[in-house]
Amino acid sequence: MTNSWTDIRNTDLVIIMGGNAAECHPCGFKWVTEAKANRGAKLIVVDPRYTRSAAVSDMYAPIRPGTDIAFLNGLINYCIQNDKVQWDYTKAFTNASYIVKEGFTYQDGLFTGYDETKRDYNRSTWDYDIGPDGYVVSDNTLQNPRCVWNLLKQHVEQYTPEMVERICGTPKEKFSKIAAMVGETSAKDKYMTSMYALGWTQHSKGSQNIRTMAMLQLILGNIGVRGGGMNALRGHSNIQGLTDLGLMSNLIPGYLTIPTEKEVSLDTYMSTRGFKPLKPDQMSYWQNYKKFFVSFQKSMWGPAATAENSFAYDYLPKLDVPSYDVLRAFELMFQGKMNGYFCQGFNPLLSFPNRKKCTVALSKLKYLVIMDPLDTETARFWENHGEHNDVDTASIQTEVIQLPSTCFAEDEGSLVNSGRWLQWHWAGGTPPGEAKSDVWMMAQLYQRLKALYQKEGGAYADPILNLTWNYKDPNEPTPTELAREMNGSVLEDVPDPTDPTKLLLQKGKQMASFATLRDDGKTACACWIYSGCFNEEGNNMARRDTSDPDNTGAYSKWAFSWPVNRRILYNRASADLTGKAWDPTRKLIEWDGTKWAGYDVPDIVPNAKPDVVGPFIMNAEGTARLFARGLMREGPFPVHYEPFESPIANPIAPKIRGNPVARVFKGDMEQFGDAKDFPYAATSYRLTEHFHFWTKHAQINASLQPEFFVEIGEELAKEKGIKSGGWVRVWSNRGSVKAKVVVTKRIVPLTCDGKKVHIVGIPLHWGFTGAAKKGFGPNSLTPYVGDANIETPEYKAFLVDIEPIVGPVS
Amino acid sequence: MDLPNPNVQSPKVDLTERDVVLRSASAVPPPPDRKLASVAKLIDVSKCIGCKACQSACLEWNDMREEVGVNVGVYDNPHDLTPNTFTLMRFTEWVNPDSGNLEWLIRKDGCMHCEDPGCLKACPAPGAIVKYSNGIVDFVHENCIGCGYCVKGCPFNIPRISKVDHKAYKCTLCSDRVAVGQGPACAKACPTHCISFGTKEEMLKQAEGRITDLKSRGYANAGVYDPPGVGGTHVIYVLHHADKPEIYAGLPNNPRISPLINLWKGGAKYAGMAIMGITAAVGLLHYVVAGANRVKPEDEENAKKLAKGPAS
Repeated sequence: MTNSWTDIRNTDLVIIMGGNAAECHPCGFKWVTEAKANRGAKLIVVDPRYTRSAAVSDMYAPIRPGTDIAFLNGLINYCIQNDKVQWDYTKAFTNASYIVKEGFTYQDGLFTGYDETKRDYNRSTWDYDIGPDGYVVSDNTLQNPRCVWNLLKQHVEQYTPEMVERICGTPKEKFSKIAAMVGETSAKDKYMTSMYALGWTQHSKGSQNIRTMAMLQLILGNIGVRGGGMNALRGHSNIQGLTDLGLMSNLIPGYLTIPTEKEVSLDTYMSTRGFKPLKPDQMSYWQNYKKFFVSFQKSMWGPAATAENSFAYDYLPKLDVPSYDVLRAFELMFQGKMNGYFCQGFNPLLSFPNRKKCTVALSKLKYLVIMDPLDTETARFWENHGEHNDVDTASIQTEVIQLPSTCFAEDEGSLVNSGRWLQWHWAGGTPPGEAKSDVWMMAQLYQRLKALYQKEGGAYADPILNLTWNYKDPNEPTPTELAREMNGSVLEDVPDPTDPTKLLLQKGKQMASFATLRDDGKTACACWIYSGCFNEEGNNMARRDTSDPDNTGAYSKWAFSWPVNRRILYNRASADLTGKAWDPTRKLIEWDGTKWAGYDVPDIVPNAKPDVVGPFIMNAEGTARLFARGLMREGPFPVHYEPFESPIANPIAPKIRGNPVARVFKGDMEQFGDAKDFPYAATSYRLTEHFHFWTKHAQINASLQPEFFVEIGEELAKEKGIKSGGWVRVWSNRGSVKAKVVVTKRIVPLTCDGKKVHIVGIPLHWGFTGAAKKGFGPNSLTPYVGDANIETPEYKAFLVDIEPIVGPVS
Repeated sequence: MDLPNPNVQSPKVDLTERDVVLRSASAVPPPPDRKLASVAKLIDVSKCIGCKACQSACLEWNDMREEVGVNVGVYDNPHDLTPNTFTLMRFTEWVNPDSGNLEWLIRKDGCMHCEDPGCLKACPAPGAIVKYSNGIVDFVHENCIGCGYCVKGCPFNIPRISKVDHKAYKCTLCSDRVAVGQGPACAKACPTHCISFGTKEEMLKQAEGRITDLKSRGYANAGVYDPPGVGGTHVIYVLHHADKPEIYAGLPNNPRISPLINLWKGGAKYAGMAIMGITAAVGLLHYVVAGANRVKPEDEENAKKLAKGPAS
């Protein structure tokens, strides 16, 4: 989230699209209720189903799964056509005025440089026109036909309300009503917040879904302000922490990236990272990249990381492919190229697409280690559970080792919520039986591996042998010790250059924040964005002060919000070019003539003059990007692409199937189904009664929503002779499930490109272990393809067929 | 417009026997030496997201478990109130005829804690149902005989008889929590402040603010549900369509205690007692006039035959 949960109460308009906050984030949803009850805020919900969020909305519109970009481009087009743009903001804080290189074009769904055989682009034209001074050429009058604004205007022109209806199936009148409500927030004192979740990420163009809304929010002037923002609602209580700590295969903590095998030295690695400003006087904060990176290396390898060995750069693994995401990992397993798998705290057998393929893949492993507090289906993938897991146990040779771990309420530590708050928690109970914390298990594993390397040697043992391990009990580092490492500390005294009698940094002290991290090896910090969470003031994550001066919703003394306890990112954008708040009733920070100050930690150097330094300091431009340059694989502007399995051909580019740059493995393309065989658009989702595959192990939750079901509309039910509460079979080109059926008015058929499209909804909470009735999950049906940029699987839009069946005798 | 949420904690009231103002099948107790403030649970249906946290909290607090049932084509689970499930989310898909738009009405069902409790009136077991001066109607299970009259007496069809111990169960408004200064478990668990608990006066004021908000959003008939037919209730709803409570899974439009109960506890009771009295008087008169009945030898014979049954 750019903002925090508590800030949502400051909004004028909430748009929930690509998520279902009331149902999946009921506790956070309270802030929507607050905004509605106390500010008279309105709530818009756009979703294929009339959800529990829709039940408390002011305006609901249905949309066909996988067509969000068409809807959002339609909104951008509406705002441009109807002058619903926060002009001062757009001109000053975005790249609207920048001139784009000659040669960049868009036609029939593709940009310049597409190579069909590689399913990739040559992105050399996707950039700005750079002047002789090394800076971007721009036209502040927005008259130049090659400026970003005019190219954007032209790009979204075809997404008229009629086209939105044709693609999305959303009735034109409903779309226009929503567009008018959204457009009102272009006023300088009206703000909209976007709340989204996996309804946007789990598509083959998930990143572009989110980007399109970010662009809309920018031209409305809704980023960096109280009650605005792009607010990603994370699906697990600590999934934000997981991402921050770099548990993606191509990241190291703090959104630094793992080197590729082409980056053979620290210098080559750094040459593409410390971005030079593209406009004069801009901060381009990633210029500090090396300080964060070197401090990370020092945290990992301490004295073994020296200036002479480029701070142990060679210790890091180097990627030979863009990423070893879960789809690639299971593809390698499927091909027999991956022999062992550590599965810590998740349930791939029910979480990864094309379950049949997952079962085959797991069966090819030599060993599988499960660390989980629960008896997951993955741990039991080899066990025959009749039709719910019909495997030939005798033929599976995989050795499965289950290590029972503690549950979140049984240990101490911090969880990072969606709003970037690191909140310390304490153990609420003792773990049952032999359960041990994940930290203990990892420490044991490390100790044993290290001993083996010491005894037997091995290829390049240095990274293991030299790993920093300064814990009081090497068998079980404490959460406090680990948190202090995240924060970072001073390794060597650093004298003050202006006064040699004083020290700038004193050896042994905790870092106050990342602002003083160094690239000379004198500081260590495991995760630069967390720096400040546990400094000399103590454990700031454990703070529980509820004071909130002037009721701004910041709660700055509650826990710790990364970075540097900042509650709203880009908050300098809450003020105009003179430094005064756009909305005087929702001040955040203001320029007092010499410095920035206010209710939040300024997201800018305190003395940076308001008309000089731009608010988007992480970008080399200092502005936000309506034109993404070469940073997105699909192109600099978002285009509507159909899901890989779609009931209709793409109305704007009929020849293109799915996202033209999404990675598809050999064999998976053949497994995509067509509308002639699988006529219904399916989507998958969570229900409020359950949390993923955890709560089916809890008796009360199991009783509240006991049995696997699918949902369909009344018209389809009538057509197929399906009765509510009866049994159905639902199948795709990859698998088949049996389910109870809920026939509902909440799902209606949509007319898309002249064709009636019925929608089948498939919740995901059932399996064959736990207290609930045995059932299936949508992953038996979903296609094996992910988002083109980050490979999140396409769970939200696929094709199925459905028929009534006689249920099992109970 | 700023309407702060009421506190989820209620004041400590130390609910005891001396606060009982009505007791089933018993003489009206003497007026208590203190009158507690009238309390109410406010359920703002317009804020409800149907998350069932209330249902879950209720099971947890009362240490009850519901069986893992089946799906019958709806979101209501279990499918009705049970001796274990004192509160239940009921989901209704309703198409508003004025706008043509679907509305998903989600109502938390459970005991309404009537000011004039039909269950208590109907109950023949002394002290099995009591009402405290703050309005809470509570079942005292050791006195319950499981006759089910409370079910007949309830205009909202709430109490359920356990097949295990043959006693009647329903929401207690967490009288045990209220007695130690805690709000009901459901209110505590509710994430959206849809459920609040406090004095009835505060709750009505809160409801008023909510109704103003709903009217500003086009719900012209938004209102509070506090039915006068049962003397008002200590569980009150804010409804978007207060003119049509029946669309919320059959919430009664004008609930009243069944006239049979009033007859049974009123006229019928005295008529019955009169009949019993007359019967006794007639018997006495018969004794005086005809003397005592004597057993004759043929009577003994007949009795033996009857006891043996037909010869076989």
